[in-house]
Amino acid sequence: MRKECLKKWTASVMAAVLLGGCLAGCGNKDAEGDSDTVTLTNVSYDPTREFYEAYNRIFAEHYEEETGKAVEVTQSHGGSGSQARSVIEGNEADVVTLALAHDITLIEEAGLIEPGWLEEFEGNSAPYTSTIVFLVRNGNEKGISDWDDLIKEGVEVITPDPKSSGGACWNFLAAWYYADQKFGGDEAKMKDFAASLYDNVLVMDSGARGATTTFVENGQGDVLVAWENEALLAMQEYPDEFELVTPSISIQAEPSVAVVDENADKNGTQEAAKEYLSFLYTQEAQRLAGENFYRPTDEAVLQEFGDVFDLSVKLCTIDDFGGWDQAYADFFADDTIFDEIYNQ
Amino acid sequence: METKAHSQVKQQKPRRRGWIPGLLLASGILFFFIMLVFPLGEVIYRSLKDGFAVYASAITAKNTLSALRVTLIAMTAAVLVNTFFGLCASWLLTKFEFRGKQVLSTLIDIPFSISPVIAGLAYIMTFGRMGWASPLIDWLNELLGTDISFVFSVPGVVLATIFVTFPFVSRELIPVMQAQGSSEEEAAVMMGAKGFTVFRRVTFPHIKWALLYGVILCAARAFGEFGAVYAVSKARGKTFTLPLEIDALYMAGSAESITQAFAVSSLLVLLSIVILIVKQIVEYRGKREA
Amino acid sequence: MAGKKQQGKRVLPGFGMTMGITVAMLSLLILIPLASILTYSFRLSLSEFWELIARPNVRQAFLTSTGCAFLAAVINCVFGLNLAWILVRYDFPGRRLMDAMIELPFALPTSVAGITLSRMYSDQGVLGQFLQKMGIKASYSKVGIVIAMVFIGIPFVVRALQPVLEKLPESLEEASEMLGASRMYTFRRVILPELTPALLTGFGLALARGIGEYGSVIYISGNSEKAGTQVVSYIIMQKLNSGSVDYEGAAAIALVLLVVSFVLLLLVSIVQIAAGRRTKG
Repeated sequence: MRKECLKKWTASVMAAVLLGGCLAGCGNKDAEGDSDTVTLTNVSYDPTREFYEAYNRIFAEHYEEETGKAVEVTQSHGGSGSQARSVIEGNEADVVTLALAHDITLIEEAGLIEPGWLEEFEGNSAPYTSTIVFLVRNGNEKGISDWDDLIKEGVEVITPDPKSSGGACWNFLAAWYYADQKFGGDEAKMKDFAASLYDNVLVMDSGARGATTTFVENGQGDVLVAWENEALLAMQEYPDEFELVTPSISIQAEPSVAVVDENADKNGTQEAAKEYLSFLYTQEAQRLAGENFYRPTDEAVLQEFGDVFDLSVKLCTIDDFGGWDQAYADFFADDTIFDEIYNQ
Repeated sequence: METKAHSQVKQQKPRRRGWIPGLLLASGILFFFIMLVFPLGEVIYRSLKDGFAVYASAITAKNTLSALRVTLIAMTAAVLVNTFFGLCASWLLTKFEFRGKQVLSTLIDIPFSISPVIAGLAYIMTFGRMGWASPLIDWLNELLGTDISFVFSVPGVVLATIFVTFPFVSRELIPVMQAQGSSEEEAAVMMGAKGFTVFRRVTFPHIKWALLYGVILCAARAFGEFGAVYAVSKARGKTFTLPLEIDALYMAGSAESITQAFAVSSLLVLLSIVILIVKQIVEYRGKREA
Repeated sequence: MAGKKQQGKRVLPGFGMTMGITVAMLSLLILIPLASILTYSFRLSLSEFWELIARPNVRQAFLTSTGCAFLAAVINCVFGLNLAWILVRYDFPGRRLMDAMIELPFALPTSVAGITLSRMYSDQGVLGQFLQKMGIKASYSKVGIVIAMVFIGIPFVVRALQPVLEKLPESLEEASEMLGASRMYTFRRVILPELTPALLTGFGLALARGIGEYGSVIYISGNSEKAGTQVVSYIIMQKLNSGSVDYEGAAAIALVLLVVSFVLLLLVSIVQIAAGRRTKG
């Protein structure tokens, strides 16, 4: 009888092996594409998911028209920093489309992207931009209209941790620039301002998405400091629950794109990868970016979305901080300004 | 179905009444509801919120099916490898005395204590582009004319899954085998039985259920693993497992994709129920044969 | 004792084979990858290493992780024993369903579990509202961290206890009670010693899992350096994902985390072996 039991065990184990084998087998067949198909891997960050899903469709049409070849794009999304890291670690991306130029610089430093990528495409290689805005609950009970209101007593702010999320660095820099303008560059006062702002932060999530969930789904805090595209998306998904407040001063967030030269050369996709990124600048793609709440860089298309975006806001750029590498070293490295104001 | 030996015993014992069982039941069930039922209820509620059509389309989406496939591959591999390892290791650790036994036993448990974050990092730092084993793998691939990668690929997912579930089977077996002692096996050997026969005829019947628990734990943990797999799997629709797919849907931010995320989660819950049914069947057969 | 050892080795076969397989698989799959972390962390000089570990946020994170994980493991032992006991010993409607759902924490991806829990236990959530009225802030505090760790640790304890409980004959208790022992005495002196090794296994596993937990904790903890709600895994990810991609720093903290959990597990297994010897007599 024991033998019988053992037999059954053996049988079920065999069955499992066969099942596994079959499944693995199917996988191999799937993986072999025909040679007329170009496969690209686009490593991007969290909120661009819908945009690239749609963009990949129009790009595939365009590419087939131009070259007669089909193109298949594999998407990868996640926190911008961890996505950049995965490319350094061997994730074979042909193109990267990340939240900030600094993350792409890291890949460049690892030797995967040739220097000079920032100038390869227009506008710091950022085909679409965004800015930092406030999302408040309907009725705006705390009367929040500008950065000043965020440091008032009793205002609970939700913003992600800039030490953990690259995207959140833009939030900090926008506030910093406002303080700079307000206090005329008096650094002590600016630090005080930033310190009281981050004193009011109720929950500091690890990334932008987590912060949005905390504010929108879990009902925490009075105001979410967020990327404009995230804020507009939340308004669309949860109609009549939130209001968008654009501060008087903010920063032009530039999510940069680049071809990962080493991988693209290895995969023989350099050409297609370049085409993939330059096509982002066409009117059709720009319009798509606008529909997904990113500000198009094409002036004409941007005007079409004049009712969606508040175009009157005064925007500084990362160049006002001496570029990303400088900004990172000044503000976010260990024991620099952010650590100082946060632990004050 | 209700042929479990102890449930029959239970009915013979009206004596064991009183307030203690009631209290235990009440506190156990309360805890169970607060910690497990409520979260599950939330998952189910949210997955069906937008109706069954959305649910059905979510669980039959191309990405979901691909993720299901990768999950099953990783789970099967992990269960096989770890069962084999678990049997060897628990035999070694319970039937013999040797120097360094304590350390070995603790080393086996390491994957439990390791943050999934570290597990992923360990593989990346070994097999990743900048890892020391990377040139070795390139060389092997060139030699064999293959293109196998141990990170950001299905083999990488399998490895990471094996890593996090490594000690599950051995951990279940060791306490039971320890409690059992080895006198029966010794007697069998003295009577002239061969090694594997001793295991099959003497040890196996005692550890059957513990082994099964171990396999179930291992399988359940294998298909639910997120952190370690996330570190080595980035391509949605290719190397994503179900947990990664759920996370991707959840993080997509639209209300609809959150519903889809919960729908796919319910698929995972379903998978664990399937495993439970398998367990019940084996248990039932086992009890009947005994 | 020594004679018995020798005998055990001689009588039963398979020592060489199982030793070979165990050590080979352990090295290939676990130890060699982990050694890579070691080599990375050794790129830091000793003083750099020390400076990093002694940073207030790192120290605080270690305190938070170990403290919360310990508390969660204790809670899990109490309720895990309770659950395992009623699952094995009592019959009630829904028992099988309950049995099935114990593994739920494994089936939910940790991030989804974390987000779901943070929502339920926030002051707007189903359960958080009640806690709020009692003056307890659950989500975005250490209480939240403990809740998440209890959630992910519960199957370890229940599943460690179940097989041992099933093997434990009820006649044992009956005999003890017939001999006039009180229930408490029976539990303490007859049942608990039998369960101790398994309970310790469960405790160790739940503790270790809690210390390293990332996904489910980060959404409920709030990750505030000031409130001390950053856990160690969060700090490691911060090192990796922030703009500096500090592999050496991350590996160094990971190494300390490894050592802490290894020592804790070693302690648990020493107690376990001692307990095993005691029951064997």
